[in-house]
Amino acid sequence: MAYSSKAKDFYAGELQGMKDKGIFKEERYIQSPQAASIKVEYPKGAEPKQVLNFCANNYLGLSSHPDVVKAAHQALDSRGYGLSSVRFICGTQDIHNELEEKLSEFLGMEGTCLFPSCMEANAGLFDVVLTPEDAMISDRLVHASIVDGLKLCKAQMFNYKHNSMSHLEEKLQEAQSCRLRMIITDGVFSMDGDIAPLDKICDLADKYDAMVMVDDSHATGFIGKTGRGTHEYHNVMKRVDIITTTFGKGLGGATGGSVSGPKEIAEMCRQRARPYLFSNTVPPAVVAGSLKVLEILSKSTDRRDKLEKNTKYWREGLTKAGFDLKQGDTPIVPVMLYNAKLAQDIARDLYHEGIYVTGFFFPVVAQGQARIRTQISAGHEMEHLDKALAAFTKIGEKYGILGLKKDEIIAKYGL
Amino acid sequence: MSDEIKKMIIEYVKKEYLDEDSDQEVKEDTKLISSGIVDSFSMVSLKTYLEKKFQIKLPDEDATPEAFDSVNNIIELIKRFGVQV
Repeated sequence: MAYSSKAKDFYAGELQGMKDKGIFKEERYIQSPQAASIKVEYPKGAEPKQVLNFCANNYLGLSSHPDVVKAAHQALDSRGYGLSSVRFICGTQDIHNELEEKLSEFLGMEGTCLFPSCMEANAGLFDVVLTPEDAMISDRLVHASIVDGLKLCKAQMFNYKHNSMSHLEEKLQEAQSCRLRMIITDGVFSMDGDIAPLDKICDLADKYDAMVMVDDSHATGFIGKTGRGTHEYHNVMKRVDIITTTFGKGLGGATGGSVSGPKEIAEMCRQRARPYLFSNTVPPAVVAGSLKVLEILSKSTDRRDKLEKNTKYWREGLTKAGFDLKQGDTPIVPVMLYNAKLAQDIARDLYHEGIYVTGFFFPVVAQGQARIRTQISAGHEMEHLDKALAAFTKIGEKYGILGLKKDEIIAKYGL
Repeated sequence: MSDEIKKMIIEYVKKEYLDEDSDQEVKEDTKLISSGIVDSFSMVSLKTYLEKKFQIKLPDEDATPEAFDSVNNIIELIKRFGVQV
């Protein structure tokens, strides 16, 4: 056994360092299905508590939808539990192919390659389609999975200030000598909840002959008037080249990710993307559940419409109460607190009030930008929103932050 | 010469990393990475700028967050690669 005391002491020291810095993450045990109201054991061993969930990516409230659960059950019976294989050996069932076709149709794309997760889709894509002769030009606030994917790719790296079109244009000009250029952005940015200006990005892409790639994980299913995503919201459905997205958030929340785009790009991923080639296939029950989700969303916009209504009510309620919010048009609603300890204290107090939210602070968000990120769901009912607004108001009053602007909160609590 | 180069790098950092309306001050000893002005992902712009400006090649193992954490550190780094400062 070579796990020496030297190794043990090193790891223990690292973990203690995280605890000392307040960045050690503790998991809470949920003893119910994912929903607007959940039963949580926290801390470990404590009596389980029923709380309202305002921090899930369950935007459409489909994670425990009876039709989705039923479809998954049926697939367990008809297609089994697991496939014990990667896709290209013996891990592709007819329903995998069907899901790829249905997702392409839903997004308005030619082809799709299904990955075990969007993390893996983003990790695999760039290295497959770009070479050292090419340029990848990315927004600086893209998701960590894209950053990792870009690091695995040998193309020349450029990045631009968050959503700054003038800076993007500078970078496109710098990259003009490259063979191919790809602009890379999130559709909806997960921490701020703002939307990339895809219409302007597509204009620049045309001007400088660049492809456009969008990670729409926090958008597919509900952004845009029929929920197709950010490209629909900005009316550029035929102008975005590649979309990566996930089935792990709004679309049922289980697992699975994808690269959708021109059929050549989807096929290149299928042939060469290492996370696709060397990961197990998505389990049949998840594939069947995902197909049911797309069926539900293709038939009706009721759920995304309810989400939009809930989000509007929530934003207006928090604003009226006097909270400082990041403005936006998405169900990601960050309550800005700036100070990391304040964000943690308020999240803890809200939990005692039966509201489950999480404080985010550096390095997850920029220094001095600590916040509580609330996420709204179509699964929330009006009574849930009202109860949470009352709790936020009570705790906001306790800390004396209602009606205070950024500078005033910082003056009171520091950074 | 040293002051001119420092000034030039400070100007680049401000233009490349700060918002146009930012009033944040950047001096030669201002922490760039650990303060969050430059994150490890966007550091690549600074590396490319230095390589082009001074006609050098900074290997990844030398272009560390520590080496980029202040203008003073950057000056020390480029000196090691033959830039006359």
